[in-house]
Amino acid sequence: MGDAVLEVEELDVRYGQVHAVRGVSLTVTQGGVTALLGANGAGKTSTVMAVAGVRPVASGTVRIFGQDVTGRTPEDIIRSGVAISAEGRRIFASLSVEENLKVAGNVVANADAEAERRAKLMERFPILGQRRRQLAGLLSGGEQQMLAVARALMSAPRLLLLDEPSLGLAPQMVDRIFDIVEELRDEGISILLVEQNATLALQVASHAVVLANGSVAASGDPEAIARDTVLREAYLAA
Amino acid sequence: MDFVVQQLINAISLGGVYAMLALGLAIVFSIVRLINFAHGDIMTFGGYGIFLSLAFGMPPLGALAIGIGAAVVMALAMERAAFRAMRGADVVALLITSFAVSEILKVLFQNTISPRPVPISLPAAWSSSYRIGDVVIGVGPTISIVVALISLAGLTLFLRRTTTGMAMRAAAEDFEMLRLLGVRANRVVATAFAISGVLAGAAAVVWTAQRGSVDPMMGFFPVLKAFIATVLGGLGSLGGAVLGGLVVGALEVMTQAFLPDALSPYRDAIVLACVIAALLLRPDGLLPARSGARS
Repeated sequence: MGDAVLEVEELDVRYGQVHAVRGVSLTVTQGGVTALLGANGAGKTSTVMAVAGVRPVASGTVRIFGQDVTGRTPEDIIRSGVAISAEGRRIFASLSVEENLKVAGNVVANADAEAERRAKLMERFPILGQRRRQLAGLLSGGEQQMLAVARALMSAPRLLLLDEPSLGLAPQMVDRIFDIVEELRDEGISILLVEQNATLALQVASHAVVLANGSVAASGDPEAIARDTVLREAYLAA
Repeated sequence: MDFVVQQLINAISLGGVYAMLALGLAIVFSIVRLINFAHGDIMTFGGYGIFLSLAFGMPPLGALAIGIGAAVVMALAMERAAFRAMRGADVVALLITSFAVSEILKVLFQNTISPRPVPISLPAAWSSSYRIGDVVIGVGPTISIVVALISLAGLTLFLRRTTTGMAMRAAAEDFEMLRLLGVRANRVVATAFAISGVLAGAAAVVWTAQRGSVDPMMGFFPVLKAFIATVLGGLGSLGGAVLGGLVVGALEVMTQAFLPDALSPYRDAIVLACVIAALLLRPDGLLPARSGARS
């Protein structure tokens, strides 16, 4: 805990007439995990994508590591030490597992360091090492999620945006993903965790924000939110 | 028999040019969703590059290299000046932008160089022929086939082996995700245009080597055929572009070689009818692009 690595203030995102995010503020502290919760369509992914620079910010500011990055290109934002594992995994299906990691390694200036990082990640996720030459599109959903996370870690980020990492996975795989989230947190990576699975997300989070219809419905201590039955029934369907 | 072999060589040689042009169109389309109507003018500009460097006394091989270089510069300039500002616009807006670029360039070629064909004099040996057994083979078609093979092999190696090539393939699948990995969009797009420029320049080299002149419309007709080839092969599919180019080239040569003279005015109509028939059977093309999810 300590200083904020990500500060979103009064963020508005619009798609034409649709007002997807309305005045959302949230913070991820150094070494902390902020859970961003809410039902489908509540504006979670729009918030994350705006933070990453691929959705236009209508108003409000995004500060990362103390720098105002509002309106910057995604390349610049990512290169400042942020990584994202996007909703729907979005691995490159026609590239091999190893090629997916190599493409992500472009941000590492030194070729030896890049190869070393890739080797380490394949050690950490042995299934990726075993399937390194296979087309990523042929991996199972859980394996694809591992690849999406490993790909994000190629840049050795200090802030990780994890968008719905457990969506559509078998229960065993969901547990494994949350174990990884805890490991990464313990390694000191600050995390913004977007989840529909509120129960598990609240267990690993140090702070929680609940969105409903694009606005913040509640925010604060994860345990308090977990205990708030009215809130849970109204917004979290859990 | 030797007649058939000769026609086969002609078919591969013409198909190879279409394949190179179609591949340039496809690689740009797969990444920025731009159907670049000005692609033909890149080829024409390459032709003028050859003409001017020969006029200034360059040796032929150097002139051809400058022609390819000129095409690359034109492709990059086009991207920077016109298409970068339009990035992310819809397909129709991009297409119309490319029409505008094409018209501007044609007028510039007409007014600064000449509206009429200007001669390109390459060594006489290049337009001669040689014999293998009973078969007489032109040097021009041979150059054409060799250049096409080198280009295709080079591009395949680039896309398979280099990290930039991997990024190009990834961009064709999901450009936004690629940017979310920190890969610079401008660099990937510029590389795509540069590749299309190399291929259009190589096409200009073999086209001028066989025809001996350049005019403002030089690139128009072959690129029109290349468009048909990309649609036939599957829009945005690189393998499809090559296959489509070879098929269109083969159809054209076959209709010329084997149709009775009375039918020859209908050559293009017959070729296009074959393409339409193929598309009725396979609406997504012969080898559809992988990321079929995105329309």
